[in-house]
Amino acid sequence: MRTAVVLVLVAVAIVALPLVAPAYYVTLMLPFMAYGVVLLGLNLLFGYTGLVSFGHALFIGIGAYTGAVLTTRFGMRQMELILLAAALAAAAVAAPVGALCVRYVKIYFGMLTLAFGMVFYTFLLKFYRLTGGDEGMRLLRPYLLGQSWEGFSKTAYLIGPYYYFSVVILALATLLMWRVVRSPFGLCLRTIRDNPLKAESLGVSVPRFRWYAFMISAVYAAVGGALLATPTGNVDPTLAYWTHSGNIVFMVLLGGFASFFGPLLGAFVFIFLQDTVMSVFPYWRLVFGAMLAALVIFAPGGLMGLFARRLPVEVSRG
Amino acid sequence: MILEARNVRRLYGAFVALDGVSLSVREGEFVSIIGPNGAGKSTLINVLTGVLAPSGGSVRFKDRDIGGIGAVALTRLGMARSFQLVQIFPELTVLETLQAAVVSRLGLGSRFFASLAGDGRVQREALEVAALFSLHDKAHTPTRELPQGDKKLLDVASAFALKPEIILLDEPTSGVSTADKTAIMDTLVTAAGRIGLRAIVQVEHDMDIVFAYSDRIIALHQGKVLADGPPATILSDQRVMDTVIGRRAATRRAPAC
Repeated sequence: MRTAVVLVLVAVAIVALPLVAPAYYVTLMLPFMAYGVVLLGLNLLFGYTGLVSFGHALFIGIGAYTGAVLTTRFGMRQMELILLAAALAAAAVAAPVGALCVRYVKIYFGMLTLAFGMVFYTFLLKFYRLTGGDEGMRLLRPYLLGQSWEGFSKTAYLIGPYYYFSVVILALATLLMWRVVRSPFGLCLRTIRDNPLKAESLGVSVPRFRWYAFMISAVYAAVGGALLATPTGNVDPTLAYWTHSGNIVFMVLLGGFASFFGPLLGAFVFIFLQDTVMSVFPYWRLVFGAMLAALVIFAPGGLMGLFARRLPVEVSRG
Repeated sequence: MILEARNVRRLYGAFVALDGVSLSVREGEFVSIIGPNGAGKSTLINVLTGVLAPSGGSVRFKDRDIGGIGAVALTRLGMARSFQLVQIFPELTVLETLQAAVVSRLGLGSRFFASLAGDGRVQREALEVAALFSLHDKAHTPTRELPQGDKKLLDVASAFALKPEIILLDEPTSGVSTADKTAIMDTLVTAAGRIGLRAIVQVEHDMDIVFAYSDRIIALHQGKVLADGPPATILSDQRVMDTVIGRRAATRRAPAC
């Protein structure tokens, strides 16, 4: 009941924010919502299946570049189709990559995903004609719901239609993931996370279910990647760089991977904290590094873990 | 014949863990596999449950070669197992553990958006198994908080929730207090009758349990079958006495037979 009240209040605040907050803070919400989608998917893999990917920026990059290629090379600017194409492109790449990676666990899984991420990063950097190399590519302002919104300035577009479009995508992604983690499939993933040997003995095909989780998380990352790139209007290889993968893992840890909403909280705090720290201290990575160390040592359950003392029960309840 | 091993060999490099083991399990039997440490009991269970492929010979379940086909495929064929070291899902509740087995048996695992809580059949069947093993009062308890005896019971109960035709238990009472052992075995046998299990195979070190519950005992020694027969026959086998059971234990057990 308390959770429902908090959720309603948060939803109302998000919807009302553009009406009351300065434009700057509203635009800061855009990466939060994009990362929110990415992290919902990443946490299906991390918190629910027990696999830590250090290369998930690969799929963020695929989503972002899909948007750039479609809008600049093919003149296709409908955001709904861009998201669909991003999801399909990510699925096409994740199918073989995931099939290979999920055969390994722990550090080997992490290193393999990191390796694939770096292969894609190098591809983006070196295939200049296709990708624009280190300069990247433009991503033209997408149409939303069939409207071009040409009459809107960039800021008005971002804090108006694009903001609410992002809210709807995040809400849909959250509802879908909520269903997934509470489904029989979600239960099977949690058995694999807890004890793969026992899961196999109960007839749960561990590689197959890990692959499903990998595919879903890749699709979420690509959709989030397409959302993330639109406000800047430009995509470049750093989107797929390993430090970006590290950042999203950090966000999950910050919020708490044992809770469904933990990663969303992590994304929110990360974005706003980064903005604040960067404005007063140039070495923001130093601060975040120290924070990460403190988190792991003193609050392994992340911020949500501090709220809910009994973390593992939270996990089992999704 | 439900389960049959013919001349099974299993090598680990140059080491021969199983050397020409042949055995059969018939309808309605409770078969115990005994032997000293290193006799090859766990390897045999792993070969019989398709986890390990035999290096030679064959294993047949319901007239089908199952050598190395893996736990998932065997589960679908109707074979379940439990482990020597208790295997649980620490962050899941008792009910969720049993639901996972029911979901797997009903082939519902690929339902991505269906509500688990809203599936009455899964809920009902999981609770039935919980009641069968007297775990229904702890249905919502995280399994990591269960006492050791209940963890062991849940491990076995989750295998029963698969409603298998045959179940292979690797030391079902290991790590459990002496007082709990008989209770676990009684529960297990009662549950077997309720779900219509066709046969039970167990590896067990506790000779009181072995002789109290088995229809047939297979004694292993150095990877070979030393003896195979009903408890009375095994008790009178001098080689088994010397290498597996021990004279003192046999003397203590003799009047009961």
